[in-house]
Amino acid sequence: MNLLVFAVLASAAVLAALGVILSKSAIRSALSLVLNFMLLAILYFTLHSETLGVLQVVVYTGAIMVLFLFVIMLLSTQGNINLTESRDVKKIVGGLAGISLAALIGVQIYLPLASVPAPQFHAPQPIGPSYGAPEPLGLALFTRYGYPFETVSLLLMIGIVGSIMLAKRRVR
Amino acid sequence: MYYPPVPTVDPLALGPVGILSLFGVLGLVVELLRPKGKNGTIMLISLVGLAASAIALISDFGAGTVRSFGQMELHDHLGSISELILLVVATITVLISEPYLKEKKIAFGEFYPLLLWSTAGAMIMSTSSNLLMIFLGLEVLSISLYVLCGISRSEEKSEESAAKYFLLGAFSSGFLLYGIALIFGATGHFDLLSVTSVWANGSASSHNLLLGGFGLIVVGLCFKTGMIPFHQWTPDVYQGAPTNVTAFMSAAAKVAAFAAFWRLISAFAPSLQYWLAPLSAIAVLTILGGNLLALVQTDVKRILAYSSISHAGYILVDLLAHAKDPSINYVSMEFYLLSYALMTVGAFAVLSLLAARGKEVTKLSDLNGLWKRNPIAAVALVAFMMSLVGLPPFAGFFGKVLIFSDAVKAGLVPLAAVLAVGSVISAAYYLAIAKAAFVDEPNESPVQRPATLGPQTAFVLCMIGVIAISVFISPIQSFFQR
Repeated sequence: MNLLVFAVLASAAVLAALGVILSKSAIRSALSLVLNFMLLAILYFTLHSETLGVLQVVVYTGAIMVLFLFVIMLLSTQGNINLTESRDVKKIVGGLAGISLAALIGVQIYLPLASVPAPQFHAPQPIGPSYGAPEPLGLALFTRYGYPFETVSLLLMIGIVGSIMLAKRRVR
Repeated sequence: MYYPPVPTVDPLALGPVGILSLFGVLGLVVELLRPKGKNGTIMLISLVGLAASAIALISDFGAGTVRSFGQMELHDHLGSISELILLVVATITVLISEPYLKEKKIAFGEFYPLLLWSTAGAMIMSTSSNLLMIFLGLEVLSISLYVLCGISRSEEKSEESAAKYFLLGAFSSGFLLYGIALIFGATGHFDLLSVTSVWANGSASSHNLLLGGFGLIVVGLCFKTGMIPFHQWTPDVYQGAPTNVTAFMSAAAKVAAFAAFWRLISAFAPSLQYWLAPLSAIAVLTILGGNLLALVQTDVKRILAYSSISHAGYILVDLLAHAKDPSINYVSMEFYLLSYALMTVGAFAVLSLLAARGKEVTKLSDLNGLWKRNPIAAVALVAFMMSLVGLPPFAGFFGKVLIFSDAVKAGLVPLAAVLAVGSVISAAYYLAIAKAAFVDEPNESPVQRPATLGPQTAFVLCMIGVIAISVFISPIQSFFQR
């Protein structure tokens, strides 16, 4: 049953992801990405991490995708942006070379890794009712993971300052 | 409900990074309030921040190995020395930046905060053995660098540099993260400390996971340090980025990445037999390839980019010697990094004088007649080139001798020989730069501004440093070892 639910959700998510890269209009790409994010959030719910699922919907589907759509609409004054590229022999040859290289490396990596059993470094613990709930998550973030948490905030600030600086062209 | 234990925090160990980040924020606030186009205050704040961070660092220097914040932060000697070198590099970069940015009409006030945060990221990266923190530090360092590379928006090559660095950097971060995930799968921890015991007690399958993770992390770090065959971004990014950013990037990214690389190699030393051959091949390719490719370049920034590739190869030889013989410690590597930082940043500081009235030309022939226009800069440039070749009175010589003797001591004689051959090849292009500055006469009247106080101080300091650290080599070695 679980596997069936996973299979349905995961294949739908993959189809949505394909829609992102295959559709010719930017708006449709972005909307496919919304669908993909929503399906991922539902996958998180099926894995009992409701907090992560809610965050996925609020942060990615809500905030980031809306921003994406705004930017697309700001940039495209004449409706759809055409995202098609011209066909080229180099692309086919390059693609074939890439696939064969990936296969070559993949075989090298897969053979030793095939013997690795599913990770069992500790006995599976029963999942408590508070697993993945916001309180323990917040407590862990602000105690044990306080240093990385603050570092990520520095990273986000650099992202904001950097993008503003690159967006304004003139020296004040 | 489960309450996680509150970790102990060593505020002194966190001090240097914290102070630097906060002064960056302060600089940003001042940027909003200052009169337009006046960056003097921000520059002053940056210098004060760097000095305060250095004081915090030195007051706690050599306090022994302390792990705080739930093992996330590692305060040890290797980390402290790396932090000190990073602070020196950042200070010199601040000194050369303002006149250069003004001349190129890109004097954004946000430059200085971003530079400080980038330094803070490099410091975070070099003071942790936790893979999570190493990754976060690397991202803080890199994302600031991506922005700084593209700061000259009106120049196509600067935009190309930023875009190339960003795309390839994001790609290589993927390798690094995948490697971290594999190591987490094998050990259940992010910390490199747990690797050695899992390797000793683990099954064949956990060995495979560990080796796979090691390989992927090595790819990520080789990209950051610009090893061949992961070097393709280096020449374009170094050439396209503003020269002061190139100066900072060439030294800071290497210091931080090699500190992390050292910890990785130390943790994985027991599995040496599996990876010594491929990493030796990377070292040989990097040394020979970097030097040979530099020979055919005509742009000074590209020559120095390939030179920085070959220097990364020399340092990799020292890492391999350490893996083979654990009694070889980080003193040679840190000495080399210090001397490399001084001579490379110094050379780029001289090159930054070539920007004038919004244009910048960095062909070899553009250096012609530097001797007549600015004798001090020309003498300094020659000193840096001699040091980069590895000629005796300068620091580069002693750095190479230390690595050479380490390699021989660990029984890596072929690698030591490649190092020597590489140095001989490198003499050709380094001396070509020196010749262009000293001997050749300019064809037309060159555009070059006279050096102002900042850059002049910067490359004179670097020149004094390159000579001083070779004179005081044994006190410095014992200081590093303390």
